[in-house]
This record gives sequence, structure tokens and C-alpha cells, in this order.
Amino acid sequence: MLDQDLISETLTSALRTGGDFAEVFVEDKRSSSALFDDGRVEELTSGRDRGAGIRVVVGDTTGFAHTADLSADGLRTAAEAAAGAARGGGGGTRVVAIGAPAQDVTASARILPETVAKATKVGLLTLANEAARSAGSVISQVSARYGDSRRRILVANSDGLMAQDDQVRTLFSISCVASGDTGLQTGRESTGRTVGFELFDETDVEEMGRRAAQRAITKLSARPAPSGSMPVVVGPGGGGVLFHEACGHGLEADLVGKAASVFAGRVGEQVASPLVTLIDDGTMAGEWGHFAIDDEGRPAGHNVLIENGVLTDYMWDLLRARKEGRISSGNGRRQSYQHLPMVRMTNTYITAGDEDPAAIIADTASGVYVAQLGGGQVNTATGDFVFGMTEAYLIEDGQITDPIREGNLIGNGPEVLTRIDRLGNDFAMGSPGTCGKDGQGVPVGDGTPTLRVTSLTVGGTAG
Amino acid sequence: MSELLEIAERIAGWAKAGEQVEAFVSRDDETEVRAYQGEVESLVRAQSQGVGVRVVVEGRQGYAYAGTLDDQALHDTLQEARDNATFAEPDAFNGLGEPDGVLVPDLNLFAEELAGYSIDDKVALAIELERATRAADPRISGIESAEYIDSVYESAVATSGGLSATTRETGCYVSAYALAESGDETQTGFGFSIGRHPGELDPVVAAADAAERATRLLGASKPPSERLTVVLDPWVTAQFLGIVGHTLTGEAVLKGRSLFAGREGEMVAHPSITLVDDPTNPAAFTASLVDGEGLATRRTSLLVDGQLTGYLHNSYSGRRSGTASTGSAVRGGFKSGPGVGARALSLVPGTASQAELIAGIDNGFLVQGVAGLHSGVNPVSGDFSTGAEGLRIRNGELAEPIREVTIASTVQRLLLDVLAIGGDLEWLPMSAAGVTLVVADVTMSGA
Repeated sequence: MLDQDLISETLTSALRTGGDFAEVFVEDKRSSSALFDDGRVEELTSGRDRGAGIRVVVGDTTGFAHTADLSADGLRTAAEAAAGAARGGGGGTRVVAIGAPAQDVTASARILPETVAKATKVGLLTLANEAARSAGSVISQVSARYGDSRRRILVANSDGLMAQDDQVRTLFSISCVASGDTGLQTGRESTGRTVGFELFDETDVEEMGRRAAQRAITKLSARPAPSGSMPVVVGPGGGGVLFHEACGHGLEADLVGKAASVFAGRVGEQVASPLVTLIDDGTMAGEWGHFAIDDEGRPAGHNVLIENGVLTDYMWDLLRARKEGRISSGNGRRQSYQHLPMVRMTNTYITAGDEDPAAIIADTASGVYVAQLGGGQVNTATGDFVFGMTEAYLIEDGQITDPIREGNLIGNGPEVLTRIDRLGNDFAMGSPGTCGKDGQGVPVGDGTPTLRVTSLTVGGTAG
Repeated sequence: MSELLEIAERIAGWAKAGEQVEAFVSRDDETEVRAYQGEVESLVRAQSQGVGVRVVVEGRQGYAYAGTLDDQALHDTLQEARDNATFAEPDAFNGLGEPDGVLVPDLNLFAEELAGYSIDDKVALAIELERATRAADPRISGIESAEYIDSVYESAVATSGGLSATTRETGCYVSAYALAESGDETQTGFGFSIGRHPGELDPVVAAADAAERATRLLGASKPPSERLTVVLDPWVTAQFLGIVGHTLTGEAVLKGRSLFAGREGEMVAHPSITLVDDPTNPAAFTASLVDGEGLATRRTSLLVDGQLTGYLHNSYSGRRSGTASTGSAVRGGFKSGPGVGARALSLVPGTASQAELIAGIDNGFLVQGVAGLHSGVNPVSGDFSTGAEGLRIRNGELAEPIREVTIASTVQRLLLDVLAIGGDLEWLPMSAAGVTLVVADVTMSGA
């Protein structure tokens, strides 16, 4: 993507006034999307973003600047701006030599998005719409989106590292509105993987359309959600966001380092039920949060965070790891070349238990069954978190009964982790997500087997 | 002529016969300083720019963008938008903004003063903010973030139909997230101060707000579930109004995704509620000269004395609804075309202070913060449920802190059950102004 000599020169410029560490991150990203809405293919959008972000670290201070100008002049100007921002002082010339040239990478995607005709992409939308509409006349609106991106990155730093990656992601989602006597309800279905157009060899968009429509139709007969504390059973793949919020963010080393996490200083302690083994794994090929190298050039890792309930480690980026004299866990990510990297999750999941999921439900006298959780949010310092239930049902006398309307669940991370008392043998990954932190969004995956939390607060309106 | 407008007009000028072309060009220069333990943790100098091109041919619409402004990229982007348009299905209402004679409001959103502040001045502000937050209360145990951010933003829109507009604005703020500790309990709170240049910022106020919000939650517990009167802090009301604003866009209404679709003229809120969107109000930090399609912004009444009087429109939703754009096209940057949205919503305020309103409540809940509001609201059905924290109200006074509860109702019920609106209207860095709002009979779910 960039000539090796030019990269060496840029890093040398970045360190001209001193500095402990310098890094160049080059990104070339092409995206395209197509939207079907309101009965027709509404719009196709495509675009390209290309540039470099340069960071210089002096002591505890980081300076950062970026440029869309990848010429020698453009890069030098950005390098000097980053160095100035870090206020190098010191002085002296340090020449940066790249250890070994970056190996050429080939995208793991089999069918690159740019090789697929736009008409073929658009055709998927029409198919999904027709299938959703055929689910019933109560379906009053259908919106479907196809999206793909190809992101090529190159990272080089003053330690001599130089690495590249070619990341292809493909996404398809459909959402339906059903109209009935009780008002309007929505149902959604989405899939996203770090693969190319071959996603659709394994994904039936018509089936997705039917499922989304059925969700909306089912909710037309939904009762108001109950309110108060009760047992909650979360279905396979539906509850990853629970762990993402309940403890994932609190295990990010940048928040831990500022004591802004309830999990700070607790490595080695029993923080969860012995059933819980939590893993963050960027190496899971094809999953939405997968990559070969993170945005600091470190290979993706398979990191065990909680093992049989005991906190084993946090997630690390380069900066936080350097401070602690250890290596990064491959969790340094950024939204684009315009952003500083920080500690982020990749694919975060709870390993499967050994119980029959049906038995978990049968043993729950009353409570709520959540098939799909929506987005969530956590305050890492207190551990309090919330997330929405997008598809949920009542459990009455050990049986899943009526659907319930949308509501939030609220809980406290450290408390909820200790209250997981049943774990199914039916592990599944959930829907693709975008995790937001400090205004930066990155793609993340999550997964869980069926599990039960003995007590969570359901925020409905029914008594 | 500004450089950006020159670029936008050049692209619009490349339109062929029978083709409508709109170009949106923007540039944003940002400085961001984060302080930690008396030092600069990070300093970011960022300039981003780009172009988005929309093409409409025979009712078919295509869009493309690029994160650079070099000549080749401009040509490529137009070509790509043209190609994209051929795959969309036609809609007779598709088209660009059309000149409507409304004058651009006389607003000065650009503070020359900002350029007079050096990086050192900005660093000093961030460090002072962090110091003041730590010093604000002995129970402050740490700082999650303390930052200064400013931006110089410039944009231009030009269309082949003759619209041509530019904006230039500055903005800056300081914000702090404080951690307060008591025993082994931690709570957090934020505070901020916003202006068009650093001279308008008050880091001491931001620090004091962050410390107060964090410390007053110490000792919070989770009460049993009940139905009670809630008092929404201005910050919370503003977030709620943002959701209401979304349901009042022509786009949501036309596509059957709004609980207010087809209800024009009906009483949908308590008669004390009058809601307007007025981006021409100079007090709003989100004030704007022109919308995302280059039309002048203007004041639009949405609810008047509880009655639904209209929706917000861009040129597409206006045309399709048989009315006209309300100058409410909004863009999320150059990477996407214009949608519809509110910019500066506000309720017409009452006269009572928050303390006076609280004095009249026997049993209530002052909601100081909400979490997960977006994931917990269904804008189509109106159901909402959100995590909440704040203070109990007993016999007209603030009492013990409450945490880890949710409040739930529907948007429809909440608007109808309003008991009082405070006189404390406050413009915030979001698309709606805050004001204290008292609402009867809301479900609080707890233990």
C-alpha cells in the first residue's frame, strides 16, 4: 500500500524531536450498500476512504494526526503534527528501520465484493422483501439492507514492525413492520460475517425475510412486559450482548488502568459462577469481529478472560501493555485511520455447558425467556448495565408462553455473573454488532449457549 | 467564493441533460486534548474532508462519496453515483432541493476568537478541568476522562437546479467524567461546558456538575417496583424529545414507522405541550444556516397546545406528502445523503423552578440519568423502557439516591400524562433543549 522507504522516512520524521514510540497506520477502505425500503430499491451508495494516521508517544502523552494525502509531503506534515502534539522535546535523530517487509496478504474472502455485479446484490433485497411480504397481509412495511466493505490496512512502528491485512465484511439485514389492532410491531433479522459474497452460499435471505416478518407478527399479540426482578433465561446466541456489557467492557485494560472498572485489581478472584468461561477471540475465522491483525499490527488472539468463574486476564492494546511490560492481546482497534486505537473486544463468548436447554426452561417456574437481546450500554465504573429485549416471552409453569412487548433489562455486571446457575449445551453465535466506545464504532461478534440468570430486573409496565 | 462551494458548484455543473446532480462538500478541523493526572494523555489534530454526490435520473437515485477532494476523486465519485442510480428503482418524488425563496437566517455561528487560542491554551483548559474536577469534592476518587474538544466546520451544497449554499461554524466544549468513591462503592457523573470559542467555556462549572452528579448517587440502592410521578431532569427530557422528534419526521410517517402517522390535527399530548423545531434560534448550539440540501433553515411547529400540527420534511418527504420541505434535511457527514431530522427542538417552558416543582410532589423520582434509551424505545409502537438513576422525592424534598431501576411507559402516554413543565429551559449539545418535565404514573421497575 505504501513504499517501505517512505514508511521508514515517515517514522523517522515522527521521532525527529524525540519520542519513545511512533506508528503509521494506513487504511484504504471501500464500502458499498444498497437499501430496499417502502416497496422499492431506494438507493445504492458506495465510497472510498483512504489515509494514514500517525501517532507519537512520549512518556504518558500521545500525539496523533492524520492525513488523506499519502504523498511523501503529506505524510511528513502529519508526522510532524503528531510529534508536535506529543511535544517531543529531547531531540536527536533516531532512524527507524523496518525489520522485515510486510508479507503480502490475500483477503480470506473467496468472492470479493467488487467482483459481484450490483444487480446481483440488489436482487437479494428484492427476494427478501417478497418472502417477508408473503408471510401475511399484516406486514405493512419492509426494509432490507445489503452492505459490504473491503478494508486494507498497513501498520508500521518504530519497533520495526510492519504488517498488513485485507479485511472483507458482508452484511445483510431485514426489518419488518406488522400492523394489527394493537398497533405496530417490528421484527428484525440480520447476519454479518468477515467473508465476501460467499456469505450467501450459506445464508438464505428469503428465510431471513420470513423470520423477520414472523417476529413482527408474533409481537402483535404481545402482552406488556412484567416489571421487577425475576429469573431470566436467554436463548442460544441471543445473550452475548449480556456479557459484552455485564463484564466485557469492564475487562478492557484502559478502563481498568484508570480504576474506572469494577473488575480492576481482581485478577485471580472468583468473579462469576463456576459455570462461566468467557473468551474474547479475534481468530474465529469468518466471525463478524474477526481479523488477522489488529489495528496496531498485532495478530488476533484467543484470550481467556474468565475461566470457571475466575478472572484470568484483561484485554490489552499496545500502549497499555507497554506500560505493564507485557505484550498486547491483539485488542487494539480503531474505527478508521482518523482515530486513535484503544482496547476493544472482538468476538466475545461464553463456552457451552452440558445441560439440555429444554430442561433449563422446564425447571423455571416463572420468569422471562429472551430469544434476542437488542443493544445495550454499561457504566463500567459501577457495573450497572441495560439492554433491550427485542424478542421475549413469558415463562409460566416451566413453559414458554405469550410473547411480551419490548422493554429493557437492567442489572449489575458483577452481581449477574454470580447469578448464572444453568448453562445449556447449545452454543451459538449471535447477530453482528457494532460496539461503540468514546465515539468509535467497530464490528464485534458475540455468542452464548442457553443460560439462566436467577434474578434480573425486567423493565416492563405490567404489575 | 469559498473553496468548498467552488468545488460543489463545479461538480453540479457537470450534470448532463436530464440529470440532477447535488454535491455536498465538507471540511472539519478538530483539536482534542485529553488530560489525566495533570498531564496530557492524548492530543489529536485532525482534519477531515470529503465529498458526497447524489444523482437523480428519471426518478432513480444514486449516491457516492470520497474522503478526498482531488480532481480525479470528484470525477470518479460523480461517475459512481451515476452508475449506482441505474440500479435503483424509480420514484417520481425523488429529486433535489429546489429554491423556495426562504431567506437564510442572520446568524453568526463562527467565532473568529477560536483562532486566537493556541494549543497550549487548550491544553491548559483540559488540565484545569481535570484538576478542578478532582478538587471539587473529597469523595472524587478518579477521573475517567477530562477533555477539551473544538471544531472548525465548513460545508457547501450546490445543485444543478441552482441551489448553492455554504456554512461555517465553530464549536468547543470541555467535558469531565468523574468517579466518586465511598467505602467500596463507586459512582460516576459527568459535567460539561459548551461554547463557540474557549472564552465561553467554564471548566469550574463542568467540574462541579460532574462531582455533584457522581457524589449524590453514593449510597444509592434499588427500591421495589411501583408506579409514581417522575421528574425528568433537563438532560433527560432533551434525550426523550430527541426520540419524539424522530417520530415526527416525514420520512418515518410516510414509511409507516411512526406512532404519529396519520394523526395530524389530533390531540396527542397534554394541552400544556407546545413543541417547535427552530434551528434559527441563536441560543441553540445546534443552530444552522442551511439544511443538508442547501435550503434555509426555519422554525417549524410540531405540537401546539397538545395538538399535532405538522411534521418535519426534506424535499423528498415534503413533495411526497403534498407539501414542501421544512428545511429539515440532515446529513451524517458526506458519506450519506440527506435524511430528515430535527435540529433544535424545544418545549415552550413553564415558569416554575425544578425545586418548586419537586416541592409539590409527595412521592416521586427525580431522574438524573438514563441508559439504553435508544435500545429501549420502539419508535413504531411507542413502547419504551430505559435504565434510570437519580433521587427519590419524599414529601416535596429530595431524598435517598436510586440506581439500577428502569422506567417504562409509552411515548403516547408520557406526552399525555405531563403534569408540569419547568421554567428552566437549557440548550444542550444535542438536537433538543432540556427542561424539567413532571410526568404522572410511570412504572419504575426495581427489586
